[in-house]
Parts: sequence; structure tokens; C-alpha cells
Amino acid sequence: MRIIYSIFIKELLQLKRDPRLFGIVFLAPVIQLILLGYAANMDVNTVHTAIFDQNKTETSRNFIRKFERSGYFEIDDYVDSYSQINNDINSGKVLWALVIPRDFSKDIQTRKPAPIQAIFDASNGSKTSIAFGYVSDIASNYAKNIMVQLADKTGRKIPVVGSIVPEIRVWYNPELKTRTFMVPNIMGIILVAIIAILMTMAIVKEREVGTLEQLIVTPIKPWQLIVGKTIPFILVGFVDVLIAIGVMVFWFGIGIRGSFVLLMFASTLFILSILGIGLFVSTVSKTQQQAMMVAQFGILLPMIYLSGFVFPIDNMPQWLQPITYLIPLRYYITILRGVILKGTSFIELLPEMGMLLLLGLLILFASVLRFRKRLG
Amino acid sequence: MFNRIYAIAKKEVRELKRDKRMLLVLFGFPVFLLIVFGYAVNFDIYHIKTAVYDQDQSTLSRNFVSSLTSSKYFDLEGYVKDESKIQSLLDTRKAMCVIVFPKDFSKQFYSKQAVKIQILIDGVDANTASQVKGYLTAAVASYSQKIQAEVLAVERQNTYTPVDIHPAFWFNPELNSTVFLIPGLIVMILIITAVISISLSVVREKERGTIEHINVSPLSTLEMLIGKIIPYAIISLSIAAFILFAGFILFGTTVKGSFLLLFISTLIFLFASLMLGIIVSSVANNQQVAYQLAALTTLLPSTLLSGFIFPIESMPVFLQWITNLTPAKFFLVILRDIMLKGVGISAFWDQLVYLIIFALVLLSLSILIIKRQNAAQ
Repeated sequence: MRIIYSIFIKELLQLKRDPRLFGIVFLAPVIQLILLGYAANMDVNTVHTAIFDQNKTETSRNFIRKFERSGYFEIDDYVDSYSQINNDINSGKVLWALVIPRDFSKDIQTRKPAPIQAIFDASNGSKTSIAFGYVSDIASNYAKNIMVQLADKTGRKIPVVGSIVPEIRVWYNPELKTRTFMVPNIMGIILVAIIAILMTMAIVKEREVGTLEQLIVTPIKPWQLIVGKTIPFILVGFVDVLIAIGVMVFWFGIGIRGSFVLLMFASTLFILSILGIGLFVSTVSKTQQQAMMVAQFGILLPMIYLSGFVFPIDNMPQWLQPITYLIPLRYYITILRGVILKGTSFIELLPEMGMLLLLGLLILFASVLRFRKRLG
Repeated sequence: MFNRIYAIAKKEVRELKRDKRMLLVLFGFPVFLLIVFGYAVNFDIYHIKTAVYDQDQSTLSRNFVSSLTSSKYFDLEGYVKDESKIQSLLDTRKAMCVIVFPKDFSKQFYSKQAVKIQILIDGVDANTASQVKGYLTAAVASYSQKIQAEVLAVERQNTYTPVDIHPAFWFNPELNSTVFLIPGLIVMILIITAVISISLSVVREKERGTIEHINVSPLSTLEMLIGKIIPYAIISLSIAAFILFAGFILFGTTVKGSFLLLFISTLIFLFASLMLGIIVSSVANNQQVAYQLAALTTLLPSTLLSGFIFPIESMPVFLQWITNLTPAKFFLVILRDIMLKGVGISAFWDQLVYLIIFALVLLSLSILIIKRQNAAQ
């Protein structure tokens, strides 16, 4: 116990002596979380629009006003030919163009279906499908109004048939803000970036400087060395989690619906598993540069792309999905979203926490083994 | 002057040739990244887990469910017997959405009323949820129309829809998100390899001390930089060709526009990226610092601030301004324009100008830094 304690003290002293580290550990998470929190926004709020009004009547202007007033559309250009639409879309000035045909008002008066053209730049598929949703919403509301007006005029009761309308309720995140969903994820990514890399560097540095060999010839056992070296980083991780939660709650105003204790408990499991990964990386790399390479490309990139951070795992091809099971961040993100946004309980998150624990223990065990071998 | 540049370039090529492992990494690694992450970058939503709470149990409600789940978009996870189960289904992510039919659903519909289908969506992933919301709104509307038409046909009346939208989806009729995201991945891979490879090569000379030999030779700073950049520009260009080809084979991403334009703009982008690498190496004194700086200036900015994943126009203004610091932002616009839209230079000439200015500013900055360092020695 005393041996572990002295390694722990030595490690803390070393951390304290490095002035850059203070910045990395305490300032970086705040800055990164705030910056990325603002960057990570996929809300489709302003859809840039061009209008080709061939009808130019009160009716068509009325229809256009519906788009203006919805709050989703910004009309950037009124055009009077298809080639201008072509230009606007090609240059990326607008996302779509609304074409109102010459007979629009006549069709509406004579109760003929008025065809309306909506030309989209669909190169960004997901954005376009959301924008198209807005467009059809507005058009169908407009259609409904016409039916009601018609009913008033003719005195006939409409609908003459029943109709089915959806009543949609979005839970947990009713405004459908991507930020609410991204900020917890970014918290996970930042933890990985800071803690795994610090851990790796702490060991590889000693190896490069040669002090690791000095430690090895002392009667300290490998596991004692590892425990003594990891405890300070567990503390650092804990502090970082608290800082990140603080920024999330007080800066972004995203409250925690579930239990704070549960969140901290799960974070401990996650910190353990990424420290394990950091340790493992340090046993496979000889120099700090190699360690950085492996940490960035072997850990950080897969964590970003394969954890469900931005790209939902359900969308990935079947062969790729099993690989995501090996990524601790996947489980941590599920837990974060569950506890923070949904208020999910301990029992419901048991499988995720079990997997975190299992992965953490496996990787820690593997790195202790490798560590021992390298010593022999 | 050209002799000296040629000599430096030749030396650089020899060194690269000798380092077979580095070459393997330079070519193998980008393709590996493209394969693994290319399949992951995907916002297309299929197989949405759907649960149904049917209090009506009528043909009308059952037909809606079967028409919904027979598409590739919705998968039926099961029926809920009890309202209290809905909460836990959404909490545990067993269902993404729950469809609730009220008790007198079909009775009210056939008595010519407007009936509501209640739909609950797990909104945690806002991006996915907005798309699911869009699909469901459309599905209900088209089902409603279909049934109305059937009813009216029986009653021998005509249906009438006042406005009828005809959408046309240009460039990407299937609204597939992969084709939009792959160019972003290509840009990220290119900038990472370009910046890291050249900065390590320069810093290596610093570490070994061979840079001082170069400094005392009659070579000017500009000549040395150009000599160093040329071989890496050629290698990066071939990497670019290589991953474009790999993208075509794996994901079917084609180039709709002109190859000549693509070639020229890629070259300009690579020049800007390599200059970024030169700046990094002129600041860093050892390979480790160079590597860290290179990763810092490329990895996250090209992923998160380039418009690859998150649209720049949705960011707050101060952040939009910061995005100008990565050349990836400008090249991404160009690449998407050429690959997806096939438009000409008139659509993106401003981006090219930005890139050139970016590269020239970095070039003069790095000459300044290097000269000052040499003077200090």
C-alpha cells in the first residue's frame, strides 16, 4: 500500500510540475466543450429559397407568404426563368426553388389541383429531406385552408369524408435541438482525448527518459506500479467530468434528468476503461511519437466515427456494427444520453455498465500482462 | 534556381524511396480510413424500430401499420398492450417511435370526422428524430389520402387536392447521405496525410541537424520550401487519385464535373495544406511536438469545423469566423461542387481564391519564421 502511495505522490508531483498540463487538464475541456458544443449543430433552421412566381397574383403571393412566415425559410432570390434557378442552385446560393405555374390562381378558383414544382439541391440528402418535410407541411396546411374557405363559401360541410392526421410528440428533446444531444457526446470524446493520451504519455515518457527501467529494478511489482500510476489520472478524469458537467449545465443549460450519483458511477467505469486503453497503447509503442500516432488514429478517430457520436450505429452496415461493440465510448454515450436526457434508471442501464466494466477489466488485464512481458 | 530546387526535390524523393514503411503508411493508411469510416458516415435512416399501441384493433389501424412496416424504413418491434409500457420502451431504446391508435379510431373516421394517430418519437438524437418525424407525417398523409379516395370512390364522388407538390431532387435523387459525406472524409484524409508527412520530414532534418547544412548552402528559404513541397505534392496528388478511385469502387461516388478542374483545385488545396505542414514544422523543434501540432491543426478542425459533418451556416458567427482557419473548409465546397453537382468554376471560384490567399499567407509567414530562426542562430 505504501509503495502504491509513494508512486501516486510522485506522479502527482510530476503533474504539478508541468505547467502546460494544468491547461490541458482544466482549461482544455471547458474551451473544447464550449467551442464544439456550438459547432455541433445540425438543426435545419434557415432554408435558403428561390421563388419563380409565374402567376404573380394575390393568390400566389399569399402562398409565398406562408413560407416566409413559417420561420424556416429565407427567400434569397425572386427569379423569372429556369436558368436562374439553375444558377442559384449550382452556386449553392439556395437549397431549393419553388415554381408556381402560370395558372395557379385560376386552378385554385376553378377547383382544379394546382401543380407546384419544388426543385431541391439534394446533394446533402438528410438536410434536403428535412427541408422537404417543411415544404410539404406548409403546402398541405395551405390546401386545408382552401378547403375550409371553400366550405364557408359553398356552405357545404367539409370534410365530406373522415381524415387521419398525425399528432406527433417528441420526447426528451421536444425542440429537436441537435445541441442537446451532442453536448453529452462531446463530453465523452473530450474525456477520451485528454485522459487516454495523458496516461499513454506518462508511461511512454518514462520509458523514453529511461526512468522506467530504474523503477523496474526496484522491488515494486508491475501491478503496484500500474495502480500507483493510474490513480492520479482517475482523479484527473473525475475532475474533468465535473468540469464538463458544470459547463453543460450552467453554460448550455442542459439539465440532468436522472441521478447524478449514477452518472458519476458510470463515468468512473468509463474512465477506468479508457485508462486501460491508454495503458495498453503505452505498452505497444516505443516512443512518444508512436504513442501519439496510435492514440490519435487507433483511438480517437474510431471513437469519433464508430461510437454513434454523430453517425447513428443503426445506420451502419451489418458487418461494421460488431466492431462498435468494442468501443467503450459507445456504451458511455448511451449512458450519458440516458441519464442526462431521459432520466433512465440504474437497472435499465445495467447492460451498458456491465459492458464498460468488462471492457475495462479486459484491457487493464491485457496491459498488465504485456507490461510484465516487456519487463522480462 | 531551378537546379537547386530540383536537387532538393531529388534528395527528398531518394529519402522517401529508402523509407519503404513510410510510403506504405502514406498509401495504405488513407484507404484504410476510407474503408472503415466511409461505411460509418451515414445519416440515411432505415429500419426505424417501431412499436404499436392499438386500442382500436380495426382493419383501418392494422392496414396502416402493415403499410408502414412493409417499407424498408420501419421495422415493427411489437405491440404494446398497456399504456404504461410505452415509457420504458422509449427509455430503453427498444423503440424509436410508438404509434398509438385511439379507441374509436375507425368508427370516428367512417363517421366523417378527423381522427388523430398519436405518434411518440424518441427525440434524443435530434437529427434522426426530425427525419423520422418527416417520414411519419408523410406516411400518415398518404394513407389518409388513399383511404379517402377509396371512400369517395364508393360514394361516387371526386377527390380534390387543392395544391399538388411535384418535388425534383437534383444531384442526388435518392437523398442518400453517403455521397455528401464521402467528399468530407476525403478532404480530412488528404489534409492529415499532407500536413503530417511534410512536417515530420522537415522536423527530422532539424533533429538530425542536416537542416543546418542546408542553411549554410547557397539555397534560399523559398527554394528549399519549394523543393520540399514538390515531391510531397506529387505523392499527395497520387493519394488523392487513389482514394477517389477507392471511393468510386466502394461507395460509387463519381466525379460529375471536369477532371481538369478537380486536378487544379486539388493541387491548390494540397499546396495550402503542405504550407500548413511547413508552418507546423517551423514552429516545432522535435518530431513529437510537430506531430501533436499537426494533429491539432488538422484532425479535429477538418472533422468538426470544415462543414463535413456540421453545416457552417448553423454555427454562431464567431465560430464561423474561426472555420476560415482550415483550408479543408474551402476545398470541401469545391469537391462537393465538382463531384456531386458537376458545376463549373463560376460556382466556386471564390473558394479557390481563398485557398490561394491562404497558401500565400502561410508561405510568407513560414519564410518569415524560418528567416528569423536562422538569424537567431
